[in-house]
Amino acid sequence: MKNWSRAVRTPLGLTGFGLLALTLFTAVFAPLLWGHQATSFDTDNMLAGASAQHWFGTDNLGRDIFFRVLVATRLSIALAVSATAISVAVGIVLGSAPMLLGRWLGRPIIGLVNTVVAFPGLLLVLFFAVVFGVGAQGAVLAVGFAGAPVFARLCHTLMAGVAGRDFVAAARVSGVGSGRILIRHVLPNIAEPLMVNATIGAGGVLLSFAGLSFLGLGVQSPAYDWGRMMQDGLTGIYVHPLAALAPGAAVIIAGLAFNLSGEAVARSLGVQIDVPWRAAVTPRRRRAPAAGARTGPDTDTDLVLDVRDLRVAFPHGDAEISPVRGVTFQVHRGEAVGIVGESGSGKSLTALAVADLLEFPARVDAERLTFLGADLRDGTGHRHLLGTSLAVVFQDPMTSFNPAHRVGAQLAEAARAHQRATRAQAWQRAVDRLRAVRIPDPRRRARQYPFEFSGGMRQRAMIGMGLMGTPKLIVADEPTTALDVTVQRQVLDMLQEVRAADGVAVILISHDVSVIAEVCDRVLVMYAGRVVEDLPAGELADGARHPYTRALVAAVPDMRSDIDAPLATIPGQPVDPAHVPAGCAYAARCPLADDRCRAQDPPLRTAADRSRVACWHAGEPLPILSDLAALEVDA
Amino acid sequence: MSILSLHDLTVRYRHTVAVDRVDLVVPEGQIVGLVGESGSGKSSIARAVVGLAPVSGGRIALDGRDLPRRGRRRPVQMVFQDPYSSLDPRMTVGDSIAEAIPHRLGRAARRSEVERLLHLVHLDPARAGHRPGQLSGGQRQRVALARALAGRPEVLIADEITSALDVSVQGAILNLVRDMQRELGLSMLFISHNLAVVRYVASRIAVMYQGRIVEEGPTAEVLADPRDDYTRQLLAAVPTGAGGRRPVRSAESGCD
Amino acid sequence: MSATPAAAAEPGRATAWWQNRWVRFAARRLLRLLVSLWVLVTAAFFMVHLVPGDPVRAALGPLAAADVVAARRHALGLDDRLLVQYWHFLRDLCTGQLGDSIGTQLPVGQIIGQRLPATAELALLAFAVAMAIAIPLGAAIAALTRHGRARRTELAFAGSSVVLGAVPDFVLGVLLVFVFAVQLHWLPVAGRDAPSSYVLPVLALAIGPAAILSRIVRVEMLAVLDTDYLRTARAKRLSGLRIHLVHALPNAVTATLTLSGLLLGSLVAGTVLVENVFAWPGLGSSIVGSITNKDFPLVQGTVLVYGIGVLLINTVVDVALAVLDPRSTIGVD
Ligand SMILES: Nc1ncnc2c1ncn2[C@@H]1O[C@H](COP(=O)(O)OP(=O)(O)O)[C@@H](O)[C@H]1O
Ligand code: SF4
Ligand SMILES: [Mg+2]
Repeated sequence: MKNWSRAVRTPLGLTGFGLLALTLFTAVFAPLLWGHQATSFDTDNMLAGASAQHWFGTDNLGRDIFFRVLVATRLSIALAVSATAISVAVGIVLGSAPMLLGRWLGRPIIGLVNTVVAFPGLLLVLFFAVVFGVGAQGAVLAVGFAGAPVFARLCHTLMAGVAGRDFVAAARVSGVGSGRILIRHVLPNIAEPLMVNATIGAGGVLLSFAGLSFLGLGVQSPAYDWGRMMQDGLTGIYVHPLAALAPGAAVIIAGLAFNLSGEAVARSLGVQIDVPWRAAVTPRRRRAPAAGARTGPDTDTDLVLDVRDLRVAFPHGDAEISPVRGVTFQVHRGEAVGIVGESGSGKSLTALAVADLLEFPARVDAERLTFLGADLRDGTGHRHLLGTSLAVVFQDPMTSFNPAHRVGAQLAEAARAHQRATRAQAWQRAVDRLRAVRIPDPRRRARQYPFEFSGGMRQRAMIGMGLMGTPKLIVADEPTTALDVTVQRQVLDMLQEVRAADGVAVILISHDVSVIAEVCDRVLVMYAGRVVEDLPAGELADGARHPYTRALVAAVPDMRSDIDAPLATIPGQPVDPAHVPAGCAYAARCPLADDRCRAQDPPLRTAADRSRVACWHAGEPLPILSDLAALEVDA
Repeated sequence: MSILSLHDLTVRYRHTVAVDRVDLVVPEGQIVGLVGESGSGKSSIARAVVGLAPVSGGRIALDGRDLPRRGRRRPVQMVFQDPYSSLDPRMTVGDSIAEAIPHRLGRAARRSEVERLLHLVHLDPARAGHRPGQLSGGQRQRVALARALAGRPEVLIADEITSALDVSVQGAILNLVRDMQRELGLSMLFISHNLAVVRYVASRIAVMYQGRIVEEGPTAEVLADPRDDYTRQLLAAVPTGAGGRRPVRSAESGCD
Repeated sequence: MSATPAAAAEPGRATAWWQNRWVRFAARRLLRLLVSLWVLVTAAFFMVHLVPGDPVRAALGPLAAADVVAARRHALGLDDRLLVQYWHFLRDLCTGQLGDSIGTQLPVGQIIGQRLPATAELALLAFAVAMAIAIPLGAAIAALTRHGRARRTELAFAGSSVVLGAVPDFVLGVLLVFVFAVQLHWLPVAGRDAPSSYVLPVLALAIGPAAILSRIVRVEMLAVLDTDYLRTARAKRLSGLRIHLVHALPNAVTATLTLSGLLLGSLVAGTVLVENVFAWPGLGSSIVGSITNKDFPLVQGTVLVYGIGVLLINTVVDVALAVLDPRSTIGVD
């Protein structure tokens, strides 16, 4: 219900619900107020044009068309609403058949519904019009039954969606019966989309009705609805166009009223579905403050990537949120840098900003953002550089290839775009790269579509895609999270090989500390959009100094953790980027937090061994684990 | 409490045999870990035991008697992987838990039972009135545990209950699982693809590969001295964890 | 969770011909076509038998003599048992006989044969026009208004497409007649002769679907632009044009095509109304008369022809989809 009231407040909803209220009001009151004017004959004024007396003129018996249109609202709406009610009711019954009657009876019913749905509504209406006969009552039944398959299918789809969710399975497992599951769990969860569709459906039904009456198969005189009036008016369209056009306009307005209202609610429902954030092409960039912008030329020839004070912001209501709040790091040739942290800590955004893949409305600011010496802050001039020297591997190999093109073609096009290779050369290289990432029988595989590859193969092919050029940096965002351990092993080994062979630098993002520890030289630990610790990967287990890093390492069991001790836990919840607290962002969850922590944000300080940490109490002993466990309640 | 045993269990879907003549025993008061790659049939076993998947052959027994897989009283309960989908978003936490209590209770008795269960999983009883949308992933998974316990099960099946959770709360859930098992003496089948997690909670371990159980035994023994090829492969693939590094394999011919 | 047999991950091995996914796809699709056809034919048969009372009496009117009615009943085979009638109906259908019209006494097949071309022409032209407008328009609007850019353009598009999509085709027809024929005298009011007489009926039929379809294309395009594989394409730093035309559009169109079958179907049905507005000599202008006159053989025949038309369209769409998107051949039923 919240959605409906929110929907009313949008411009679309305001128009829709306004029109709807007007239409319903007219339907209820017009016959009472103007019923007389609509039926009284004005024999002196037959087929008259618009005049002060008759705004829209009169029909062939001298009746006032304006009032007739208003009065006809009731019948038109009533017919549409009752037919929709029939459709929805029959639809729910048919759609829930598989749930209630079990598979054996339910399957054929749904099969039939699916067959019938393929026939257009009007055809079904004609069919039922034959069966139920010509006339208003027949037409209601005809339109109602003709609409039922659509709703049956909708119900079935919605129900199947809900029934597939685990909470239904959970209810089953605890012994709740089918009928009760339908009423308690399934129907409440589909009610809203169903209602939206019924509202939009009513708009459609209104049109069907008008159509039927227009064809002379619906309402019969002396009763009249809008379709009937259009039919009567059409013959005289030369002399008296308003007789046909006025009811036509009424049909459109009423239809719109239903459609817009439904649409508005559907939109506000859609808003709730949290659209996962995605990367895009051209970010809006703002130059960093002039003071910091001028940094001396690099003498460090091994430097691949140099990031200073990177910030990523998004509009959030009227304000802005910054999920990445000042990240600084460098990556050198052949180096593997890991980034760990809880989800939402800004790992992916950092990676995407570095790879120049963030787009409007994301805003990227940095004091410095250079890749191989090129300043990435100044826009689009680096397409070829990035296209050949920077490779990206994403988390989900199942969705990261275009399903419509062959794998080989998807590799080859990069070479075509950036290396001016001929079609044949590019293809040859694609096959060669697939071989390099150990895809068996690469010549045949290159001609296959992504769906013919297994997950591990796709991820290797994705790495192969990055190797089409001569990459200096591979950015891999959770590349193995979606894979099994054995496949993860292959992919990680593959990355290592590429690195060892060509001196390619790697940024590896993962939430899995043990993966990072194994693959990387150095680890950046991120919390609430900042780097809180930067240390050699080998020291993760014993050398970490930030309380968050230490908790993160101790919270995840590995093959050597002590099975008799409880695991460390991190109480509380990650920071919401919309409400970053003052002071240290980790203070609310930190066992060492004191007043200073809550008031002052600790800076990221570089120690003598070039490791960095942002904590007022870095390296101080933590309270022993069992005390921590007491903190965990409600985490 | 009770012994859950599977004899020759086969689960067949339309085109595939998901579980192929599996024998498995979950001994009284112990946690048995079931590991294997995705698609190896772990979840199918779980779903078959609780009546969500068809049993095409074999037998499921509890203390030697056939396990009832229908009706109100279910002695085996299950916790699902994804706490974001396993709670009805429109029902309060308290209602979800109360629904799973098999016998009819008065309003007051029901309330106190829900409170007891919430307390058991270390949640504030005031959460009973909240909807799942107001809870974090870890909290939801606790609610899911409480709901499973509401049926007073003799055996609990946990299917990948930590893999949808953030690393920071995984540990808390694992601690809870171990505490509860000790306090209530539950027998448990703990399914995970993560060997380190299974090693941490389970006293016995069963390794599944392509619908079959290829190796089974006490956790320490299986991990120290794996007999099956696939188990060995699996163990070799596990990242060694913070502190240890594998040597970088040198480039091979395919890679220039 | 189910064990995927190794064969699934290892396609392209030598397989028996019946394991070929195209063969399987064709077989599955053919089976579905046959089942739908059977449902259609059976429905057409029972349509007449579901009419309350005696259809012949209803057709001939209350004044017809009893023996005339009885004779006609007999001639139509309505005296036989239902199953026998059903059997005869199927047999006649297979030999292409649809019976004679009660009104004109002419063979139904002949009447339909004369009128079908006009209807088919109208529907196909309108479909082509709708697609030609909708796909470029929807795709372009999506690309321009993504992530809340160009708010005004989006609003203008959303507003006008909602309004146009809500105008029923026959109302639009009447409106077009009024403006372009009655007021401006640019185009003929009705009939089917000069090319100019095609303009209004085709537009009346095409504009609504074009509006709806372009909205669908837009939504699909937006979804595709947000996919992981589009991000991959961007990561390859391809040109914007290539990203949109080569990577996004085919996928958006594939998804749209699934719906365009339904749309073409409803276009076919829409011809019934539009033909009546423009006195277009197609099936639509005759079916209405035959329903009011209770000329059941003609109604039956026309419904069958419409239905078969729709089924064929759906089949063609599925085949086109299979060619465009190889995944769809591995069939989720
Ligand atoms: N388009 C966006 N609009 C608003 N907030 C966003 C957007 N994209 C990401 N965020 C927020 O930024 C934070 C960091 O996201 P992300 O980099 O994906 O984290 P990680 O990769 O560490 O899981 C999250 O809190 C997320 O909600
Ligand atoms: S600064 Fe204080 S609150 Fe922040 S991590 Fe260090 S000790 Fe904890
Ligand atoms: Mg991420």
